Amino acid sequence: MAETTNLIQMSEAQQLGQRSARRLRRRRALASADRKGIVARTIIAVIVCIIVMFPLYWMLVVAFSPRGEVFEPGVTLWPSTFTLENFEAVFRRYPVVEWFGNSLVIGTFITAFTVVVNLLAGYAFARLPFRGRNTIFMLALATMMIPVQAIMVAQFKLVAGLGIYGTYWGVILPGAAAAFGIFLARQFFLSIPDELVEAARIDGAGQLRIFLQVVLPLCKPLIAVLTLLTLMGSWNDFAWPLIALKDPDLFTLPIGLLYLKGQTTPDYNAIMALALISVIPMVLLFLFFQRYFVQGFARSGIR
Amino acid sequence: MTATSARGTVSASAPAVPRAGRRAARFREALVGWGFITPNLILMSLFLFAPILWAIQLSFQETRGFGDPDWVGFDNYVKMAGDPVFWRSLANTMVFTIVTVPIDMAAGLGLAVLLNSALPARGVFRTMIVLPMVISGVATGMIAVTMFYQTNGIINKVLQAIGLDPIAWQSEGAPAMISVMIVAVWLRVGFNMVIYLAGLQGISPELYEAARIDGATRWQQFRAITVPLVGPSTFFLLIMNVIASFQVFDLIFVMTGGGPGDATSVLVTYAYRNGFQIREQGYGAAIGVVILIITLIFTFIQWKTSRTRDLVE
Repeated sequence: MAETTNLIQMSEAQQLGQRSARRLRRRRALASADRKGIVARTIIAVIVCIIVMFPLYWMLVVAFSPRGEVFEPGVTLWPSTFTLENFEAVFRRYPVVEWFGNSLVIGTFITAFTVVVNLLAGYAFARLPFRGRNTIFMLALATMMIPVQAIMVAQFKLVAGLGIYGTYWGVILPGAAAAFGIFLARQFFLSIPDELVEAARIDGAGQLRIFLQVVLPLCKPLIAVLTLLTLMGSWNDFAWPLIALKDPDLFTLPIGLLYLKGQTTPDYNAIMALALISVIPMVLLFLFFQRYFVQGFARSGIR
Repeated sequence: MTATSARGTVSASAPAVPRAGRRAARFREALVGWGFITPNLILMSLFLFAPILWAIQLSFQETRGFGDPDWVGFDNYVKMAGDPVFWRSLANTMVFTIVTVPIDMAAGLGLAVLLNSALPARGVFRTMIVLPMVISGVATGMIAVTMFYQTNGIINKVLQAIGLDPIAWQSEGAPAMISVMIVAVWLRVGFNMVIYLAGLQGISPELYEAARIDGATRWQQFRAITVPLVGPSTFFLLIMNVIASFQVFDLIFVMTGGGPGDATSVLVTYAYRNGFQIREQGYGAAIGVVILIITLIFTFIQWKTSRTRDLVE
């Protein structure tokens, strides 16, 4: 066990060293690179960022503008008066608090189930030899590619048959059946040094104990990435909740957005206010944990 | 690799264990493995594998809402072969994929190279370009609706202000398709950039130095070093982008609803329309089976190519 902690500490120290070395190299590169090139590249980057950011800026403008203003003739790029009336209207007319809560509950449950189930399966596919392992892994991978629309009629009938149509569970259980995380988890477990597991095994630990006490503590980045990606996916999911929910009080935020647009005269100011409400948690999550996001995507991309 | 080390341990720690004991140990090991994947297997069997089989069965039936389904054999597939909307949806899916995937990847690589070079506030730029990735397709679609609004939307107002004609984003097919494609590229380009950034960071700077000493121009360096060495990222992105394009649903559902006419209808929206709006569930399931078959063919190709890639490495 002492050896285990030593190895972890060593790898952490190495990472720290690498990071500061990288920073130093960058600073030197910035200093030595040609000035003109940097200016040109910065201008391009600024233009690209303005284009990419504009739709989000526009969401803010519409959300905070007086009703109907942005659709009057003449180009207006900011609100004439900054108003909260759209938010007030949205909260007054629709069960927005409930929608937010539904998104939160459904997202939390899907994420909790998915992460636990995928960690277990990913570990088995990476480290526990058993017959049929590769076949099942390939099957799981193949399901990653299947769009819900290909099987949604049958899934709908199944959920109705189980008596969970129109409930939280009707969204949560099929949502947790996704296989994406298995792949990510397996890649991560494959990269854990054999010596750690072997040492624990010689000490007489069972597989479950090795998994829980030796391997899992090393998996914080993996767990963070899986949690973030799954939460983001379920928070933003649309197709399945659209099919599985019918009662407006149980809608998630994306379905609520569509519901607002379905009104006889859609109030786009109110829609943008709700869009903003639905987007903010994920943007904050992303800004706080972006290192993990990027790492997670990068890791899944390397191989 | 794992298998060898596990077996190695058994023989090393207990060399005198008789055959039967070893078999029992291996059996116990297999049991543990199956135990670990059981929760996942139950969920997948119930909500993925079973519905796949059921979808195939449904595709041979006709079920209009209530009552017992009729067994109609291949009728749904025959109907599909003569259904112009199905062919239109298939063609739209292909066009969407063929247009958006290369643009996304080229822009992603370009931005990755740009934001991997010496640049002040590089992290801020990166964050801004990746940010759209975390925004839901529905919210994105709604923002796009307010921007591409045909009468007095901001895009048409700007076009008119600089002396151009407004574009019929909602009433004409081609502009409607183009508007959806623009938004799809916006939503995905950050993901492409992130993956390419990771790929670029695996390339050793010495290679560029050597090329520079040999007098290679920046473009030559890009062609001869960058492009080939981000090959694995390109491969991965090709798969992910094609899958995403093939399954684009929320954007189209929110922005155009498949219209005007069937101009932006794709396979997944058409399957949804039949399964849940027109309520021809058997026909909807049959379209789903076609989507499934195309997906499986693609997955198979991917599996084959990625295996050979692993062997090469």
